[in-house]
Amino acid sequence: MRWRPHITEAGIARAVVILLAFVALEVLCRVGIINRVTMIPPSEMVASLWSILITGRYNEDILFTLFNVIAAALIAIVGGFFVGAALHGLPRLRRPLVPLLSAWYAIPTFVFYPLLIVAFGVGRTALIVMGALFGVVAMIVNTTLGLDHVPPAVAKTSAILRLGSLRRLMLIRLPSAAPHLVTGIKLAVAYSVIGIVAGEFILATQGVGKRIAFSYDNFDNRTMYGMLLLLLVAVMAVNGALSGWEKRLHRRFGAR
Amino acid sequence: MAADPEGQISLRGVTKVFPGHGGHPDVHALGPIDLDIAAGEFFTVVGPSGCGKSTLLDLLAGLSVVTAGSATFEGKRLDGQVPDGIGAVFQQDASFFWLTVWDNVAFGLRRRGMPKAEIARRVDQALAFMGLAAFAKAYPAQLSGGMRQRVCIARTLVLEPKVLLLDEPFGALDQQTRLLMGDELLRIWRETGATVVLITHALDEAAMLSDRVAVMSARPGRFIDIVTTGWPRDRDSRIVSDLGFATVTARLWDKLREESLRAMKTPENL
Amino acid sequence: MKSTRFDYLLLLAGMLALWQLVHWAVGPDVLSSPWATIRRAGELVATRAFWDHAAATATAFGIAGVISILAGIALGLWLGLRRFAGDVADPILGTLYSIPKITLYPIILLLFGLGVSAKIAFGVIHGVFPIAIFTMSAVRNVAPVYHRTARVLRLSPAATALTIMAPAALPEMLAGIRVGVALTLLGVLIGELFASTSGLGFALIRAMDTHAVADIMAITLLLFVFAASVNALLGFVERRARHGG
Repeated sequence: MRWRPHITEAGIARAVVILLAFVALEVLCRVGIINRVTMIPPSEMVASLWSILITGRYNEDILFTLFNVIAAALIAIVGGFFVGAALHGLPRLRRPLVPLLSAWYAIPTFVFYPLLIVAFGVGRTALIVMGALFGVVAMIVNTTLGLDHVPPAVAKTSAILRLGSLRRLMLIRLPSAAPHLVTGIKLAVAYSVIGIVAGEFILATQGVGKRIAFSYDNFDNRTMYGMLLLLLVAVMAVNGALSGWEKRLHRRFGAR
Repeated sequence: MAADPEGQISLRGVTKVFPGHGGHPDVHALGPIDLDIAAGEFFTVVGPSGCGKSTLLDLLAGLSVVTAGSATFEGKRLDGQVPDGIGAVFQQDASFFWLTVWDNVAFGLRRRGMPKAEIARRVDQALAFMGLAAFAKAYPAQLSGGMRQRVCIARTLVLEPKVLLLDEPFGALDQQTRLLMGDELLRIWRETGATVVLITHALDEAAMLSDRVAVMSARPGRFIDIVTTGWPRDRDSRIVSDLGFATVTARLWDKLREESLRAMKTPENL
Repeated sequence: MKSTRFDYLLLLAGMLALWQLVHWAVGPDVLSSPWATIRRAGELVATRAFWDHAAATATAFGIAGVISILAGIALGLWLGLRRFAGDVADPILGTLYSIPKITLYPIILLLFGLGVSAKIAFGVIHGVFPIAIFTMSAVRNVAPVYHRTARVLRLSPAATALTIMAPAALPEMLAGIRVGVALTLLGVLIGELFASTSGLGFALIRAMDTHAVADIMAITLLLFVFAASVNALLGFVERRARHGG
């Protein structure tokens, strides 16, 4: 089925608003109302980003952060999935944990970072642990939620069909939980990125966050904004793709 | 065709078309419809799902405007404002979850700036009338669906409307509760003297409660029959044992069966 | 329910035991014991320095919270009541909410300098979006049957907004405020962690620099207790506003 762009009045208005915002920003910067020390014009930000990608001079930092994010996200996703599945099967353990899990993103988990530095030293381990810690709970919560949402009627049907428990898991429970699992993956990735880049801002030897902080300290606005744009674009692209996957699954599986 | 409006509520050549958005075609929901409802009558509309019954009710209440033709209430044209004297109970639960049952029922009266003593008198009376006196301090969330509908009915009754419009008010209830609520509705009708217009998909409900039943066709909704039951004013659900009941129901189903089959075959949203 | 409360205690005991075991495994230079942490927390709470830092954080948090709530509700109400504006803004708000706010930190520092206003700004950019989004959603999701009821009751638009829409939307708005307030605190603390000279976040960095493990853990514990209490309080208020609905 071909995807036809869904053009609506609201969509057009939105595009206009965003375009106007960019143009306004560009003009304000060029004219000098926003001075260069604070912000460079968006067109120059794009040029800086382009040059960073072409010359590859910060590739080491970029790869450092990328590796950290992937590692943290994988730990958060896989670890979160198994913990979530285990909790789902152990309701007696799950019940008292619920308030802690739901409060996790209400408490500033960030403050663990100094502790992690003390434990692991300044380096990628502390960053990966920080990112994973930040993201894992989103995966746990969404896994349990997804497994909850196997409708009892579906579960009973699978029993009537006399499926073995492994087949039941693979054919019925996992696919049934899929929309929520993908939501969990999306959140785990997003939180891992936040955890790691923020950690790099605060204290690190390399990485995208470190590079941004370093450029800031040295008044190198061009590099700073170029890297910021890189981060923004990368995050939006990944988040957008995962969101699209999530929406498709939710639509296909219907509202629960 | 009479030029002057006749009934308390009159529709002449009424059509309702919903304009299509974003490339979708217009939806011709209703009409043309001609209708006169006399003051104090119990009038019911039955029809297959999606035929436009709720659209009709919106037009009668003044909640929406006709695309063609005229809709009048007490001789005055309806123009998108709900006129004074109309009460409505909807299919969905409209009870306000943040207010107690007592405050829910008092809501409309308070907005009208009635003196407190008068409000208290009317509310207590309405609660007693609807069997809700024991639940005055409860919140809707603590009550069953049927009781919440009773709260909505009490809230409407307390304003002493001339016309009571009900859009499948008992849709979410089980059969036994529906039959009892039907009896209650008849009691309300008798004791308030209001005109009642009921929308329902349940044939037995329509046949046992009404003075007249209009059968609506599949979309676009038009009246394909209006059956006069001839029941005495003083009736209740035990009318089912009357031989006439079977005749009425049979006639309704006869007309309705084909329309229902046709409605089933048509995709809802094209 | 008796067994649930017992389970909570059991879980708490289990977590304390785990904490103690890890402490024995890695030593006090990496992780202080539960008892040492609590004792240190008690000591800190008795010092003037702690309360100076706490006041700095609390002031920034308070101001940022109020701004987030007022701006978020105003924006959310406007976008919720005006259907077209809301349709246009919805995806934009969603995207802004999902952008890691860390990308905006340097810009904020450039705009506000290194001081209290920067901390407050961090807090606001974290808190305002969820509040606006939840408020907008709350207003838009007021059950259509309530709108129709208001019209049948012939209420003026002002009366409809005040007596029906506002209380109907309140629970979801409070949920947004609860999330927004938590994120505001997070924003203020992160701001203090890397660009401040006062506040509890700064105190954490100082403790990290001097390798004062017990201090780090004690401050963290106190922050957690504070944040959890605020969250619980707001959750309680939210539940009350639902009246079971």
